[in-house]
Amino acid sequence: MSDPQKVVPSGSVMPPAVRARNITKYFGAERVLDNVDFDLTSGSFTSLVGPSGCGKTTMLRIIAGIEKAGGGTIEINGVSSAKDVPALGVVFQQGSLLPWKSVQKNVAFGLELAKLDKAEIKERVARALEMVHLTGSEKKYPHQLSGGMQQRVGIARALALDPPILLMDEPFASVDAQTREELHDELLHIWEKSRKTVLFVTHSIDEAIVLSDEIIVMAARPGRIISRLKVDLPRPRTEESAHLMPGYGQLRAKIRNLLTPASPQSLFESENEILDLPLEGSDIIQDITSMTLNPSVHESRGR
Amino acid sequence: MPNQIKVEKETSVPTEGLATPSLIPTVGPEIIKQRNYMRWVVSSISVGIFFVAWQLYARGVSQLLLVGPTAIVSAFREMISTGELLSATAASLKVLVTGFFIGFTAAIPIGLLWARFKVVDWAIQPFVSALFSTPLVALVPLYVLWFGFGFAGKVAIVSSFAFFPVLLNTYQGAISVDPMHLDLAKVFKASEWETWRHVVLPSAVPFVVAGLNVSVGHALTGLVISEFYTNASGLGGIVLTASSTFQTAHMFVPIVIIVALGITLMAGTRWLKRRIAPWAVNRTGR
Repeated sequence: MSDPQKVVPSGSVMPPAVRARNITKYFGAERVLDNVDFDLTSGSFTSLVGPSGCGKTTMLRIIAGIEKAGGGTIEINGVSSAKDVPALGVVFQQGSLLPWKSVQKNVAFGLELAKLDKAEIKERVARALEMVHLTGSEKKYPHQLSGGMQQRVGIARALALDPPILLMDEPFASVDAQTREELHDELLHIWEKSRKTVLFVTHSIDEAIVLSDEIIVMAARPGRIISRLKVDLPRPRTEESAHLMPGYGQLRAKIRNLLTPASPQSLFESENEILDLPLEGSDIIQDITSMTLNPSVHESRGR
Repeated sequence: MPNQIKVEKETSVPTEGLATPSLIPTVGPEIIKQRNYMRWVVSSISVGIFFVAWQLYARGVSQLLLVGPTAIVSAFREMISTGELLSATAASLKVLVTGFFIGFTAAIPIGLLWARFKVVDWAIQPFVSALFSTPLVALVPLYVLWFGFGFAGKVAIVSSFAFFPVLLNTYQGAISVDPMHLDLAKVFKASEWETWRHVVLPSAVPFVVAGLNVSVGHALTGLVISEFYTNASGLGGIVLTASSTFQTAHMFVPIVIIVALGITLMAGTRWLKRRIAPWAVNRTGR
């Protein structure tokens, strides 16, 4: 129940892009999120890291409006998310493109549902595809694209609506390492230009450090925030330059320690409970997969 | 993860047919083309050998038991010239098409409602289980009782046979929508109808077409059964009368036509699938 109530330094009068207060969520009897509080400063890039089962993806889904919180409030730019806030940009894991729609139609999907007029849709799709360097692939279908290209389309689809906030749920978890690094650079580039508020969920510490201004570290059972860390590495960054910056290794070690079961803080937090597995490794990836395929979740949404 | 499945399938496609493991890494469009050609050649040779062997074997056996392909061809010519074959085929096709159409047009909406609404699920589950485990042939006398020996009775039988594969596949298709795609619709604030139109229905399409493919075979079975057990008519009727009068060659002709009909219709539904659901072809095979 203890909660590091860190307040974001706020000098401006602007409301935070996202304000989450006392977010609680149960799956059955399991407490997935326990009184989670945080603010995302407008224009900042924040990552949520933590072991599987810490509720990071659930947190993102609640902000996105896909799931309802059991308790607590979310405000988007000062407006309660219970009210009719405009659609946020969400970039999902791989496989979220609609296979029966062309790249053009996939990117246009949100715009069509928002009932924009045709000329506007066409122009916005072209612009979004240009941003992810996919101009010329409009007529292709997702099954004709590589995993990395599919995720670029996913990013373009989220950007096309020009949302104030971009929520990214492990978007690069299943692309190969080299493509992932390329995509990091592109995402950094897009972010530098657009300065959208980004919330990025990942299980990779390195990914979080390279991309973020701030990293929120979560722990499982119950899902809660155990630490918030500023990433003071200078920008603009690239995948390569970030790793060479002084302070990178230190920050990485710090987060690793927070996530390792043996660390004193975790033991203290978990009260004799055996904590979840360490962060990296294939079993985690598997866990995440099985979580998304959780039959109870599937059933409740499938029907 | 659908994507992983797809990748697996892509590498497994070349192992079909004549591929040896050493060929797999180097498979390109050229090699696939060549292999398709080889497959066609081998299939043709195999069918050719079958016909020659049949012809040779039939010479040594009583004409009452087995006739060779040449005898069937001449019987075919004779039946064409009398017009008997054409009218029988037309009668059968009429029953088949009507029954098949009624079967799947009833199955698709019921399958969708079944998948979408819990109440419908609870309401029809017992009936589906009962009927699915019952041999449908057992119900044929009932249909005859209700719908008579004529056209209506036959259509009822065929549509009952065609109904289930489409029903089960439509249901399966509509419940196995990728949850991520439903999340996407939610993020974009799609209405219930928009979610159906853009997500649920398209994702069910490959399943429905796969159901049609199976259903065609079932409908043909239903057709022949209906022609055997009601008043003998159509192609099944010819089989029945020819066999009871020991005109073996005449009996084979409608059988060959039914086989050809089955092959054509199955190919048609496969073509339909490639045409309207190209993304799913790799995933569920040819």
